[in-house]
Amino acid sequence: MALHDKDRIFTNLYGTKPWNLAAAQMRGDWDGTAAIIQKGRDWIVNEMKESGLRGRGGAGFPTGMKWSFMPKATDGRPCYLVVNADESEPGTCKDRDIIRHDPHKLIEGCLIAGSAMGASAGYIYIRGEYAHEAKILQAAIDEAYGAGLLGKNAAGSGYDYELYVHRGAGAYICGEETALIESLEGKKGMPRMKPPFPAAVGLYGCPTTVNNVETIAVAPTILRRGASWFAGFGRAKNSGTKIFCLQGHVNKPCNVEEEMSIPLRELIDRHAGGVRGGWDNLLAVIPGGSSTPMIPKSVCDDVLMDFDALREHKTGLGTAGVIVMDKSTDLIKAIQRLSAFYKHESCGQCTPCREGMGWVNRVMLRMVEGRAEVSEIDVLEQVTRQIEGHTICALADGGVWPVQGLIRHFRPMMEERIAAYSAAHAVMAAE
Amino acid sequence: MSDEPTSFVFDAEAEANIAKILPRYPAGKQASAVIPLLYQVQYQMGRQTGSAWVPRVAMDMVAERLGMAPIRVYEVASFYFMFNLKKMGRYHLQVCGTTPCWLRGSDDVLRACKDAGGLKGYGDSSADGLFTLSEVECMGACVNAPMLCIDEDYHEDLNYERTVALIEALKSGERPAPGSSIGRQTSAPEGGPIVLVEG
Repeated sequence: MALHDKDRIFTNLYGTKPWNLAAAQMRGDWDGTAAIIQKGRDWIVNEMKESGLRGRGGAGFPTGMKWSFMPKATDGRPCYLVVNADESEPGTCKDRDIIRHDPHKLIEGCLIAGSAMGASAGYIYIRGEYAHEAKILQAAIDEAYGAGLLGKNAAGSGYDYELYVHRGAGAYICGEETALIESLEGKKGMPRMKPPFPAAVGLYGCPTTVNNVETIAVAPTILRRGASWFAGFGRAKNSGTKIFCLQGHVNKPCNVEEEMSIPLRELIDRHAGGVRGGWDNLLAVIPGGSSTPMIPKSVCDDVLMDFDALREHKTGLGTAGVIVMDKSTDLIKAIQRLSAFYKHESCGQCTPCREGMGWVNRVMLRMVEGRAEVSEIDVLEQVTRQIEGHTICALADGGVWPVQGLIRHFRPMMEERIAAYSAAHAVMAAE
Repeated sequence: MSDEPTSFVFDAEAEANIAKILPRYPAGKQASAVIPLLYQVQYQMGRQTGSAWVPRVAMDMVAERLGMAPIRVYEVASFYFMFNLKKMGRYHLQVCGTTPCWLRGSDDVLRACKDAGGLKGYGDSSADGLFTLSEVECMGACVNAPMLCIDEDYHEDLNYERTVALIEALKSGERPAPGSSIGRQTSAPEGGPIVLVEG
C-alpha cells in the first residue's frame, strides 16, 4: 500500500513549482499559523509527542520530548532554536530539497517550534557547500519578513521571533549538535562534553534546541492535520512519512517521501526502478547513510525501513540515505572509502578518533589489496570496539560501524582477498 | 610566500554584505561572523584577482574587525575545508569521491578532469592558471551522483564525456548552467516524477 500524494508533506520535493511565498501558500503553508501558536506551547509539544515524530537527523530521538526539555520560565537568558542544515552524512541529500524547493515549510516550522520552546530567535546552520540553497533560504526568509510572518508579532500570532541563516564552511563534524554550536559561535567545530546538554547550556551559554531540517519542516503540517494523521503511517513508535534518498546501483536514483516502515525492497522497486540487473543482482545495502552498517541481500529481502526493524539487524534508519550495491561492487573498497571519509572529517580532539580513524583506514587499504594476515581481521574488529564509545561525540562510532558491518556479514570475502593476494605473491616469491 | 599580498581592504561590495551579516548576532557575539567574513574575503579575492583564496593579511583584517585574536581566525580558516589558504586556479574543480559518487563512476569524473583540464591529480593547478583540482567529501547530491562542483555550482549525473564537455566549455569562456547533465528534474527519477502527479 503506497503513500498517496494527498498524504505527502513535501508536495514540491522536486521543485516542479516555484519555492516562493505565494506558491508555498497555494500549497497550504502559513495557513492558520497564528492560531496554532496561540494554542500555546503545551498544546504544541503534546501534539508533537502524540504524533510520534522522531528526529529525522539520524538519532531518532522523540521530537516532542526534546522540545519539552527547554526551560518553561526564563531566567533572563534568551532561548534559541538552532536548525541543523549541515547535511553531510554520505548518502543524504533530503534537506537540500526541502531548502531549495520548499523553504517556507522550514521557516514556518522554525516559528512554530520556536514558540513552543520559548525561543526568541532561530539560526539555520546550513552547510557551506549548499551556497545556492542558502541564497534561496535567505530570499525566502526575506519574503517572510516582508509579509510580517517573522519579526515582531510574527504572522499575527503576538509572538516575536527572529530567524537567521548561517553558512558553515565544509566540516562534517559540524553536524554534531555541540560542534555546530561551537562553529556558530565562531570557533572550530569541536564537540563539547555533555552534560550540560544544549537545552541547559547551548548557543552563547543559553538554552538551545538543535533539530534537523526535516524534523522542523514537517511540524506545521502535523499540527494542521493532527497528530493522529501523522501517527497513522508506519508501525508503532516509528510513525509518519519520511524522505528516502535512493542511490547507488539502482536503475533510477531519486529522493522520495514514503511511509515509514515500507519494506526496503518495495521502496527500491517502486521508486528507484529496481536494483541494476534485478533484485537477485543485489549484494548489500547501507540503509541509512554511511554510518549505518550494511546489510546483505538476505536481510534486504524482507526488512522494513524504520528505526526498530533496522536496529534488530544491528544497523539503523539513520538519515534514510539508502546506498545500494550490486554484485559488481568491491565492498571492501566501498567501506574503505568511508573509512577515508571519517579520517578526513575527524576533528582531532579525541585520541581514539584522531589516531583510530587513520589506523582503520590504513588497515582497510591493505584489506582492499588483501595484503594482510587473516588474523588481522580480528585485530581490526577489536580496535573498532576500543574506539567506539570512547570519544566525546558519535563521529568515531559512526566511523567504525561500517567496518564492523563489513566484517559481520562479509568476512569470507575479506579472507578470500587475503588468500588470493598471498597465493599470487607466493608464486612470485617462488619464481 | 610570494603570492601573499601586502595589504587587504574590504571593497564596497564586501562592506555592503558585512553590514547585513553583523546584525544577525547578539551584541558582544560578533565572533560568530568569522566564517561569513572569511567568505567575503575569498569572494573578493576571486573578484579582484581571479583566484578565490584567503591570504593571511586578510585574516588579520577579519580579526581586527571582529575584535578577535588573529590566531582564532587562523585556526577557523584552517579548520574548515572550504577556505583556500593558497592561490587557486580561476575555476575550482571539486570531484566528490565519497562512496555514493564512487559507486556511480566518480573515478571517470576525476579522469575527465585530469585529461581535459591538464591536471596531474588532486591538489594540482593547471599551467595556464585556469583550474585547481580537489577531491571533496560527500557534497549531498547523492541521488544525482556522480557530481563535480565547479566553484559553487553542482554539476550532476555526470560521466566521462559530459565532464570533458563541461571543462571544454569553461576553457572557451562559457559558464555551464548547474544541475543535472542529463536533464533530470532535480532529484526526481530519470524520466520524470512518478509521485506528486495526482491531481
